[in-house]
Amino acid sequence: MKLTEIKDLLRCDVLTGGDDLSMEIETVVASDGMSEILAFAYPGALMLTGLTNVQSVRTADIAQVRAIIYIRGKRPDAKAVNLARENNIPVLVTTLGMFDVCGILRDAGLKGGM
Amino acid sequence: MDEELFRQTYSIHGRDFDKAGETAAHIKQILRELGLDAGLVHRAVIIAFEAEMNVVMYADEGTVTFTLTEDALKLEIADQGPGIEDIELALTEGYSTATDQMREMGFGFGMGLPNIRKNSDDFNLVSEVGKGTTVSAMIQLNSSA
Repeated sequence: MKLTEIKDLLRCDVLTGGDDLSMEIETVVASDGMSEILAFAYPGALMLTGLTNVQSVRTADIAQVRAIIYIRGKRPDAKAVNLARENNIPVLVTTLGMFDVCGILRDAGLKGGM
Repeated sequence: MDEELFRQTYSIHGRDFDKAGETAAHIKQILRELGLDAGLVHRAVIIAFEAEMNVVMYADEGTVTFTLTEDALKLEIADQGPGIEDIELALTEGYSTATDQMREMGFGFGMGLPNIRKNSDDFNLVSEVGKGTTVSAMIQLNSSA
């Protein structure tokens, strides 16, 4: 599924990387714990989190996550968005909560991490 | 003889959350430039990042030394911190002594050391309470695990 379709499905705002959301997403990792992301993300996964600090982006970069969606309308600060931009990681925000986002994406055919 | 091809040591400052992760990001860049296998790079940077975060969260100062030989990639993370009383317990997934502040940063859920061990072909942890901890992790360059 393309990231742009996920964006529409979850009614996301795009904070950076909006010029190209054509990348294919097959797996998703969802957690506020960064070690969980590191342990369970396949490279190329979509990351869902409610943690908005710069470490969330650092973790996404280390875990080779393809894009980040922040949930519950939480918005990362400028430092985090800039780091994502430097590393070419699209950053999106949805007002939906974690449970609903996971359910919607699973119904749409996406799979979890390991 | 397992000759060193590359060696670099980085200083890590405890409680410096803003810069936490920069060392791992730098190591990732070097490994990519050296053309190492993507899977190996992935494992190495997870080790480096988790270990770096442990130093930032728990210790006053520490170092990350990254060595590349023809056969292996080695990471040694040494800190001057509180040390670990029960190493087996610390290596148990889910066990953590993290503070609320560390958890607010997204870390301290008892996965860090297990993640480091899981991604290593050889793992060693030496610690003395009140002095510090040294984690040594090795990845064989010809391994696929």
